[in-house]
Amino acid sequence: MTSSTLTRPARVDLTFKQKLARFDYRVSPYLYIAPFFILFALIGIFPIAYTLNVSLYDWHLLKGQGDFVGLSNYVEVLTDPFFWNAFRNTISIFLLSAVPQLVIATGLAALLDQALRGKTFWRMSILLPYIVAPVAVAVIFAQIFNQYHGPVAGLLEAFGLEPIRWAFDVLPSHFAIASMVNWRWTGYNALILLAAMQAIPRDVYESAALDGANKIRRFWSITVPMIRPTLIFVVITSTIGGLQIFTEPKLFDGRTNGGSDRQFQTIVLYLYELAFPRRDFGRASATAWILFLIIILAGLINFAITRAIRTADAKPVPIASGPAVAQRAKGAAS
Amino acid sequence: MTALISRPNTEPDATPRLLEAERRSRRKKAYERPGMLTYALLAAFFAGSAFPLWWSFVIGSRQSSDTNLVPPAILPGPNFLDKAAEVFATVPFWQALANSIIISGAITVSVVFFSTLAGYSFAKLRFRASNGLLLAVIATMAIPTQLGIIPLFMLMAEWHWIGTLQAVIVPGLVTAFGVFFMRQYLVDVIPDELIEAARMDGASMWGTFWHVAVPAARPAMAVLALFTFMAAWTDFLWPLLVLGPRNPSVQTALAALSASGGQTPDNSMVLAGAVLSVIPLLILFIVAGRQLVAGIMQGAVKG
Repeated sequence: MTSSTLTRPARVDLTFKQKLARFDYRVSPYLYIAPFFILFALIGIFPIAYTLNVSLYDWHLLKGQGDFVGLSNYVEVLTDPFFWNAFRNTISIFLLSAVPQLVIATGLAALLDQALRGKTFWRMSILLPYIVAPVAVAVIFAQIFNQYHGPVAGLLEAFGLEPIRWAFDVLPSHFAIASMVNWRWTGYNALILLAAMQAIPRDVYESAALDGANKIRRFWSITVPMIRPTLIFVVITSTIGGLQIFTEPKLFDGRTNGGSDRQFQTIVLYLYELAFPRRDFGRASATAWILFLIIILAGLINFAITRAIRTADAKPVPIASGPAVAQRAKGAAS
Repeated sequence: MTALISRPNTEPDATPRLLEAERRSRRKKAYERPGMLTYALLAAFFAGSAFPLWWSFVIGSRQSSDTNLVPPAILPGPNFLDKAAEVFATVPFWQALANSIIISGAITVSVVFFSTLAGYSFAKLRFRASNGLLLAVIATMAIPTQLGIIPLFMLMAEWHWIGTLQAVIVPGLVTAFGVFFMRQYLVDVIPDELIEAARMDGASMWGTFWHVAVPAARPAMAVLALFTFMAAWTDFLWPLLVLGPRNPSVQTALAALSASGGQTPDNSMVLAGAVLSVIPLLILFIVAGRQLVAGIMQGAVKG
């Protein structure tokens, strides 16, 4: 053991190990994040950036890159009445889905924020629509809102009302599509709001109750102000998702791209129609970037409102960011 | 809930038990048992949530002409298996099912693995520029990557991947959100001392990740897996663009089915197909519904 011939190779071996360990310690953090950044650059950043490049050219799906045309694709899109039609439809469907959804989800969360019997059952029951994919939702609701044969038509007839042309008239079609979004997402958002409500300390309610505030008063004076940041968060995710809505209007009448007369063509459907049936990748890319800027603008407006309210508010409840939440932003668009 | 538990006790210690009882009774008053109206409203909401699905099953087991009965038909008929057989004869449904399982499974494994790896690195390892890079991850979460479909489509055409499953799988391999989510979870859940101890014991970095971080990360990995799988399963726009009618996913097959009849579609058969397409996630919901609820609610308070 004490012989130098034995210790020497052992020490060399140790320093090599130490070097290796130090190398391991220094390099591993980068190696662990590298796969994400490399893959995300390829499938996330590059396509968005390259869309900008495509949008500056005449670019055909099959013929490929043509002449450099500067901003003229943008000018063409922004002077196209069909783009503005799609823009109006998107906003209209968004408002018809976001507003009732938020109101009902808040009420539903308040109902669930009590000492319920079987609370797990009730929480699961409102999440049921969430597992139905937008394609199935659209297929089912296209039947429910069938002008002649659906249960809604039957109901209208039973009350002696004129049939509503759900797939032909502008506002009824928006209503039908918004009801698909509402059906799928209301319970989901109610659970997010419920979590925010449960984070409110109960003694706030206790002292309000002791001061004689009734249930309704407590709801408006305590619950709503305390969950306001979460409400705003839900609005932001619904906005990002709502501006990208595609599946529901596409499949409400699958043979068209948003109705025979574009009654419910949304911006992403407009983009889709330009890119694939009409093979104009240049203008479709310009549309993608315009929508990208609209979404960023909507995000900034929401952010400004949030900050204005935050500074006015004393005690914000933590803002949501679950796995499901990110899906919410993506999912409504899928 | 944590607010309830960790609330500082400001009451004097003299008669804690009495005060505890008093407080409990007061709390009950503010957090009272709901009346029948609450249950009636919740039941009505549940009925509304379940109706479209149930009605699809009812019509899918009867005939198309029953769609406009008033009140709506609520009892299933005897034809569901016949209608299901028609669905299988119209679109390659088994293949679509297998494709969707492969696509969603591969995306889930990849997203969960790479997110855990990168999330652990951001949460627990020290390296230069880690804060800046984490900010980059957060910033990219807000980018609607869906808007990059045109170059992505060109890429898939260039690689001759159109019509193949990898055209759907590869663009879904990582998400910025997954990395952020795992980072947020791991930063709290693994004590730094545990990692130090593993290193003192001579564990390599990979060994520490595998034997310390991964076991600790398991609950969050399960939640991330659940939501990633659902997102991949329900996706429509991208599979519609890159998967042909001969190699569909469940969603594109159902869309094709709904367009199959032209001007005179067999509505009963289409709804039977919609029900069939829902069954896999319905099973997932029955098995893991609690975890879904918990995942959504956790996400809402963690952040």
